[in-house]
Amino acid sequence: MTIAEEELTEQRASVDRIKAPSRLRVVMGRLLRSGRGRTGSVLLALIFLLAFAGPYLTRWTYTAKDFTAFLAPPSTEHWWGTLQTGADVYAVTLRGTRRSLVVGLLAAVVGTALAAVVGAFAGYFGSWTDRSLTWVTDLLLVLPAFLILAIMSPLFAGGQWPMFVLVLALFLWMVTSKIVRSMTISLREREFIQAARFMGVPPTRIIFRHIIPNMSSLLVVDATLNVSAAILTETSLSYFGFGIQPPDVSLGSLIADGAQTALYAPWTFWFCAGLLIVTVLAVNLVGDSLRDAFDPTARRSG
Amino acid sequence: MTSERTADARSRNGRTGGHGSGAAPLPLRAGSDPVPADPVLEVRDLDITFGRGPGAVRAVRGMGYAVRPGEVLGIVGESGSGKSVTSLAVMGLLPPHAHVTGSVRLRGQEILGAPERTLTAFRGRTVSMVFQDPLSALTPVYRVGDQIAEAVRVHQRIGAAQAARRAVELLDLVGIPNAAQRARAFPHEFSGGMRQRAVIAMAIANDPDVILCDEPTTALDVTIQAQVLEVLKTAQRETGAAIVIITHDLGVVAGFADRVLVMYAGRPVEVGSVDEVYYRTRMPYTMGLLGSIPRLDRGREQPLVPIEGSPPSPAALPPGCPFEPRCPIAVPACAESEPEPVRVGSPGHLAACVRSGEIEAEGWSPAQIYGMRAVASTADTAVRGERPRPRGERDLVLAVDGLVKHYPLTKGTLLRRRVGTVRAVDGVSFDIREGETLGLVGESGCGKTTTLMEILELAAPQGGGITVLGHDTARMSARDRMAVRRDMQVVFQDPLASLDPRMTVHDILAEPLRAHGGREVGPRVRELLGMVGLEAGHAARYPQDFSGGQRQRIGIARALALEPRLVVLDEPVSALDVSIQAGVLNLLEELRTRLGLSYLLVAHDLAVVRHIADRVAVMYLGRIAEIGQADRVYDAPMHPYTRALLSAVPLPDPVMERSRRRILLEGDLPSPADPPSGCRFRTRCPLFRSLDEAVRRRCVEEEPQVRRLGDDHGVSCHFAERLGAE
Repeated sequence: MTIAEEELTEQRASVDRIKAPSRLRVVMGRLLRSGRGRTGSVLLALIFLLAFAGPYLTRWTYTAKDFTAFLAPPSTEHWWGTLQTGADVYAVTLRGTRRSLVVGLLAAVVGTALAAVVGAFAGYFGSWTDRSLTWVTDLLLVLPAFLILAIMSPLFAGGQWPMFVLVLALFLWMVTSKIVRSMTISLREREFIQAARFMGVPPTRIIFRHIIPNMSSLLVVDATLNVSAAILTETSLSYFGFGIQPPDVSLGSLIADGAQTALYAPWTFWFCAGLLIVTVLAVNLVGDSLRDAFDPTARRSG
Repeated sequence: MTSERTADARSRNGRTGGHGSGAAPLPLRAGSDPVPADPVLEVRDLDITFGRGPGAVRAVRGMGYAVRPGEVLGIVGESGSGKSVTSLAVMGLLPPHAHVTGSVRLRGQEILGAPERTLTAFRGRTVSMVFQDPLSALTPVYRVGDQIAEAVRVHQRIGAAQAARRAVELLDLVGIPNAAQRARAFPHEFSGGMRQRAVIAMAIANDPDVILCDEPTTALDVTIQAQVLEVLKTAQRETGAAIVIITHDLGVVAGFADRVLVMYAGRPVEVGSVDEVYYRTRMPYTMGLLGSIPRLDRGREQPLVPIEGSPPSPAALPPGCPFEPRCPIAVPACAESEPEPVRVGSPGHLAACVRSGEIEAEGWSPAQIYGMRAVASTADTAVRGERPRPRGERDLVLAVDGLVKHYPLTKGTLLRRRVGTVRAVDGVSFDIREGETLGLVGESGCGKTTTLMEILELAAPQGGGITVLGHDTARMSARDRMAVRRDMQVVFQDPLASLDPRMTVHDILAEPLRAHGGREVGPRVRELLGMVGLEAGHAARYPQDFSGGQRQRIGIARALALEPRLVVLDEPVSALDVSIQAGVLNLLEELRTRLGLSYLLVAHDLAVVRHIADRVAVMYLGRIAEIGQADRVYDAPMHPYTRALLSAVPLPDPVMERSRRRILLEGDLPSPADPPSGCRFRTRCPLFRSLDEAVRRRCVEEEPQVRRLGDDHGVSCHFAERLGAE
């Protein structure tokens, strides 16, 4: 092989290596480079680790009761103390966090996705698509969400929590979808959308490849806010006994139980309340820095 | 004292006004008075830095010029060369984080760093400014007359009634018809040209010594530009003020300025009288600029010589001459230190180039300096010369027949009722055959973009018919439409807006391929990037990482991805600087010959159209005024509108510019919602005005259709022959 040939193959190899980096990788790289993003994701990862791996560290399960220790303070036997019923606070709180996390994240993602799709379709197609979708949006906006969730609560009993997630999501998307719709209307007139249209790209593909990605910062921020909102809604519903049904527990039902004994047995309240606060904070930090990472025009650090 | 100065300036202007005597050696201040008057505005060693520390951007470095009363100085440069920042510094309007050093003297008094009170006294009174965008220069909530009166009262102690009278006088002076009544109008009721006139009226309200004009005509159409330049000349004659006109248009400078200063990377690189700089250019950059603009008076035989590369970023200037990386005649000495402007040839002519002496001694022409690179395009011309088949035998690519597009004009929000119709396109017909370029030209509002959009939509038109590649859009199945979309692609005006900012170049170029079922897109993307002169490594970047010219190349590459047969170009170079524009035009031309493309080009720049179009269609108010072979339409226009349009385009040639007779059109484009009866152009037509009363009736009553006059030349004018006979 001559030197020139070698050079050529090397060049070719380097050209092959420069594959277009996927957008996800670029965004993740930027997310982890910012301080807030790192803190938030590390915190969130720790909470997930705790919620999913934590229960294996103790011999207590969330259904087990220790009849020798009612309302006992933290000790080596019960790390975070016990409840009035003799349940281990550590086991129960982790179980509750796990449920709340899953419900909150899923509801937020489903809600935002629904908002994006409905809003984008209404805004892009206009005419009757727009009218009927807007009508549905308005209808859902005027329905009292909390009341309906309360009435439907018997449906969620017996491990039917995915149903709960869907209903929760159904009441989260309307306002965002209205914002998405108006943004789509202005985006639709932009030249790059027209260029894609004149190129023969089908409308649904334009919506998913151009319109929704160009609103990603809005959607990410919205999803984050929704995570907190969904966790809080779930918590408050469970607080009143309408959300996650026993024997399953969630942070909400735990806080409700703990609130009665919080004054003289603070460990029954503060661990679950603290975890709720840290979770919502971590999600917000991640959302904030994700928004910056998604925007290629944002100022780059480093 | 003021009157004295005015009289003095008038006499001087009377002389320079009487151009046409050929090339005067030094148009500024020769002859009548031997002692040159003191400069009214003198800028010396002006440095402007934004920010501090290592991230600081030196926008202007060692700028200097002087203007004497009654003189017109043109400052020319590409975007980012620091020309606008300089004028803002003179007005003291820079933001606080700009660090300014040097000296700006206004009638001998230093105003740089002067307290705000002193500056306020000067602004508007001694030095005033005309901005590019006349809409944002006027306050939308006040009446135009009141705004001008306010400008008068700020500096003169006169009563409100007197100021209002003065405002009307000024509006009358700048040629606003029915001034007393129009003074009561709000800015939004004025057209673009009228607003700019109002801004000029405001600028001359206090009889200033210097008027700074920052791109005063860039936002306007050519015929309106010609009017506004005329108004500026009148204004100067009336006030005897010196004018500093900042522009990127070398044609405007050639006809309007006495002296010209060329800026590059924040400093002047060549200064001199217009004739000296245009005919005895001593700086390679100026030569490049002059060589890269397409000219109205020359067809496509004139090869365009682009300047390679793009201007350096002011944050990272090369150590030597800033033009060295792009200069075709750079020597090692150029990279060492930055040359100072030195006198070359006649007095007053300075050039900042180490080889300026050589250029002078050897008498190098721009073509010789940029010659090596021009060879390629000349070779192209040779290939193009042997056209295979005559026009009639080639396939029809696009046929538009009597296309109509009307928009309803509605009123009221609750009960919408139709109050009128905007006749955006009202019966337009043309066709394009394989391998040719049709240029669609006209002023804004003439319906050229609407026509384009109607064609691109591929939907059944309101009236008339569109046939693309043999398929009638009115009888097209979804499948046909998809097939036609594949063969017809579009390049938009603003390359940044037409590229999705969230996608990498790779994804942008792969999109059309994937939409039409392509799988292995990687190799094709690399091939496309190579075809438009970019590197394969660029695929991983985002559009905002590129310069304007490169972005437009990406746009072109995307349009070519599917090997289309027809490419629709919507103002493809109007967002680009001249030196970049030439490269893109050459690329389009090269691709056309290589790939056998047909172009439909929509543009307002007549010189660009002349350079790349085989045929031209001139539109006026939704109809075609004249259509035909480009050379024929440009060399012997038969429609009075075409004539006026062509005469309004400034040429980058001072002597020709002075000797030209300009046909000034009166007024503005009528509203397309209420076009004049009969011939739509009659309200502004110079020919119509010269006709007898009896003959005129035909123009008023009968709408002219496009008539064929000779081979491939059509005109919609009843009396085109009279014009030809003149």
